[in-house]
Formats: sequence, structure tokens, C-alpha cells
Amino acid sequence: MKVLVAVKRVLDHNVKVRVKSDHSDVDLTNIKMALNPFCEIAVEEAVRLKEAGIATEVVVMSIGPKAVQEQIRTALALGADRGIQIETDTMPESLSVAKLIAKVVEDERPSLIILGKQAIDSDNNQTGQMLAALTGMGQGTFASDVEIQDNEALVTREVDGGLQTVALRLPAIVTSDLRLNEPRYASLPNIMKAKKKPLDVKSAAELGIELRAHTELLKVEPPAERQGGIKVASVEELVDKLKNEAKVI
Amino acid sequence: MAILIIAEHDNSTLKPATLHAVSAAALIGDDLEILVAGESCQSVAEQASKVAGISKVYLADDTAYGHQLAENVAPLVAELGKNFSHILAPSTTTGKNLMPRVAALLDVGLQSDVIAVEGADTFKRPIYAGNAIATVRSLDEIKLLTVRTTAFDAAAAEGGSASTETLTELYDSGLSRFISEEVAKSDRPELTSAPVVVSGGRGMGNGENFALIERLADKLGAAVGASRAAVDAGFVPNDMQVGQTGKIVAPDLYIAVGISGAIQHLAGMKDSKVIVAINKDEEAPIFQVADYGLVADLFEAVPALESKL
Repeated sequence: MKVLVAVKRVLDHNVKVRVKSDHSDVDLTNIKMALNPFCEIAVEEAVRLKEAGIATEVVVMSIGPKAVQEQIRTALALGADRGIQIETDTMPESLSVAKLIAKVVEDERPSLIILGKQAIDSDNNQTGQMLAALTGMGQGTFASDVEIQDNEALVTREVDGGLQTVALRLPAIVTSDLRLNEPRYASLPNIMKAKKKPLDVKSAAELGIELRAHTELLKVEPPAERQGGIKVASVEELVDKLKNEAKVI
Repeated sequence: MAILIIAEHDNSTLKPATLHAVSAAALIGDDLEILVAGESCQSVAEQASKVAGISKVYLADDTAYGHQLAENVAPLVAELGKNFSHILAPSTTTGKNLMPRVAALLDVGLQSDVIAVEGADTFKRPIYAGNAIATVRSLDEIKLLTVRTTAFDAAAAEGGSASTETLTELYDSGLSRFISEEVAKSDRPELTSAPVVVSGGRGMGNGENFALIERLADKLGAAVGASRAAVDAGFVPNDMQVGQTGKIVAPDLYIAVGISGAIQHLAGMKDSKVIVAINKDEEAPIFQVADYGLVADLFEAVPALESKL
């Protein structure tokens, strides 16, 4: 069974976000970029399926300018077998991304496609679900456990009320939540090996997908800063403040 | 054209999240209609018809919709939604699962987690875990939104008298099956709508110590939350997680106990009216957002606080 993992290059989660002074966007100049943490979990899950003898090949893909090859190599170092880059000048919107992945799905015919549930830059949480609609597949979103049984994926999902388990007919889409697994660190020999693994580059135009804009970004602002308050010396003082100053109890 | 709101419910009760989405919709237009899709959910449709400002309720009642499987509900919403200017759902796990699938079926974009309505096509939404707020314009003819419930007041649950239309065309994709559910049962208020929330973090040390938090919460009539660190460590289940990837809360009073205040936790609670932090590390970032900070050992401070209320 072939597994396809789609990953995104985002700013490193430890970097503090700065908004540009003209409020046109966030400032990503000279900022450390990384594999989106949810995508890293998706790659790890695919690699574990291969190690368990369930998956036979793990293909990793990413969309964007040449720089995204760095994140494809990271995924290859974690254990994916080969990479595909769909080259675009900028980072397309979720629906365009889903259309490009759907095209790769059509060519590669994987039995399972794993994505992160959301990217930590746009925080959209959309691409996996959109891809499922475009490919006519079932979707196991916000997954904390995935089991392959017969011709189905049993996916346990983190939902507001607790956990829900659904069975999806394969091929299917899974999006990873935080507790699906704990990704490994790539070892130095594996990082070296990853450099020699195949990486195909295709342009969006080659795939025949027209990238249409659905959203116009008008402005980006820093959030209203919350002012820190005071330190209280004792539980008594805290109770007094909550009762008589804040009046919330 | 009218605005369609997707009802959040459990087949017997209309969830408050729906009322918040109705308020957001009312800022866009005044012709508001609700879709109730579920199984044996007639009572939900009746509740929806009483919501102030709603003129019509669509009821789709079938086993296929019983567990809100997106594979079955999305084509239903997409077909009905073709005749609307906007489709809104609350930004819950159900809404987040469903709406992107609807968007792709309609070949339109989706604005996730909207926190402000600036106009019929212009909205504000948080990006980068709430560290930036984007103002976006939707360019599609049908505009799809999920709305953050804490950013909009609840519409009145009573006062309306909408008509109900039953939808008979069935969408059963056969792509997915519901297997089981582990839903936390609790007599405490629901985390996302509770007026007071008490949350514990890694500082609690283990799951048993959460009893301290629970006793304090019960004294305050509060919901119990947790940081991602406490959930990852297995102290408490995932449905208690407050944060960017967990639940977003904005109660009148939020008490953070043994929580350091990682960015992703702050993203889930910093819109609370009053924040109290109890932590023994006076350098903890949580104190930068707390109205009242108490540097103390939580194992002494929490029982003391409980006894003084």
C-alpha cells in the first residue's frame, strides 16, 4: 500500500511573529523556516506504517517555491522514500493546494493520504477536508489513532466532546492531531541518505491546474496587547481583589 | 439572498454554539435560515425555529446524518447552500470537519475562525496562533465562514417562530461509518460557554492532583480545563485542552494553575475578562497576561483559595 504525505513549509514554531510596519502581512524576511509540526506528525505516521509492514512506499510532496525542497528533504530524512515538489511562485490558498494534491493523487494512486490538520501560519484547517471532497474520499480529521484493517482505515478523532472513531473505505484522507504520535529526530546518516533520495519537480501549469484567488488579504495587524496586571501577596488578597475589585466572584 | 447557518446539535438539543453563529450572521444580513441535519432530530428543529431572527428551518432527518459524518452532510449543505449568499457554521470540531468539504464541493474558499464581521464580504480572523489578525475579503459569490463562538454574543434562544421545511433528498456516500464515541460525562458547565474556568497545567504533577482543580471548580460553578502539556502527559483527556489547537475560551474569570503560559495556551484563553495565575515560578510568561498573579505553591494555594470562597 502506497502512502502519500503532503507537507507545508512554515516559519519555525519557536520564532516570534512580527507584523510588517505597513500592515501588509507578517514579516518573514530572514526568518527560520521549518516543517509544519502537524505535517511532521503526518510523516512520522506514514513511516511507522511502513515500518509495521503495512505501507510499502511513502511519498512526500510539498507545494511552493524551490525552498520547500528543504522540508521535503527533512521528510525524506525521517524515512519517506521519495519526494515531489509542485513548483509555484507563492504559497497558494487551501483550495488551490487541495486541487494540486488531488492531481498528484490521480497520478500516484495512493491508498492513504496523510496531512497535518492545520498549518501554524494560516491556521486554516481546511486542506485535508477539501482534498477529500475533490477526490471523493472519506476523511478522518484530527486523528489521534489510525489502524488499517482489511480495506478500511479505523481513525480515532479528537472532537470537542472527547473521542470519536470512524471507519473509512480506502483510499482515504487522514489529518493528524497532536497526539497521533511523537515524531522522531532524523539521524545524521539518514539526513545524508535523504540527499540521494529521488525528488521530482513539476510546475503547477504542467499539472493543468489554474490557481484562482478566493481571498484577498487586506490587512494584517498585531493583536490587541493584554496588559499584565498585578501580583498579589496572598490567597486572602486574591479573594479580596476578585470580590471587590474585579467583582467576578 | 438569505444566509444559511448550520446547526450544531446532538440530535436532541440545539448547542449554544449555533446561537453565536446566528449573531455573527445577523451582522451580515437579516434574512437568516438554519439547517438541522441529523437523525431523529425533530426537537432540534423545533428549538431552532424559536431562535430570534430565524425565518426558516430546513430539517434533514436520516440515519446517514446521525453522527454528522462530513461525507454525507457536506453534499447536502452544498446542494442547499447554492441558493444562499453566505453559509456559516460555528468553529467547533464539527464545523471545522464539515465546512472545508462543503467549500470544495462548491469550488469556493472558506474563511476559518472569523472573529469580526467588517462587511458582507470582509472579515477578521486570527493567524499565526493569534499573534496576528488578518482582515480578509472573500472573492467568491457564495461566502463560507466558520465563526469563533467566543467572539460573538449568543442570539436569543426564544422569540422566533420560523417555518420548517423538510428536505427529502438523501445523501449517503457510503465512504465512512461511525464506529464508536467516548464522550466525557460531566455535571460541570461546558468548557467553551462556562462563565468561570479553572485550568491545570504540567505543574499539577499527575492526573490525581487534578482533584484539587475540580474541587475549586465545583465551589465556583466552573468548568475544568487543562494545558496541552497536561493533556500530552496523560493527566487528563483531550477534550479538556484549552489552546490554539484545543478549545478557545473567553470566560468572565479564568484561573490558570501550574500553567507556564506557552503561546499556544495563551491563544486559547487570552480573551478572558479576568485572568488569575497561580504558579511558583515568578518568571512564568502566564503572569504577563494575568490580571492577578499569585506566586505560590499550588498545592497550598489552591486548597486555601477553595476554603476562602
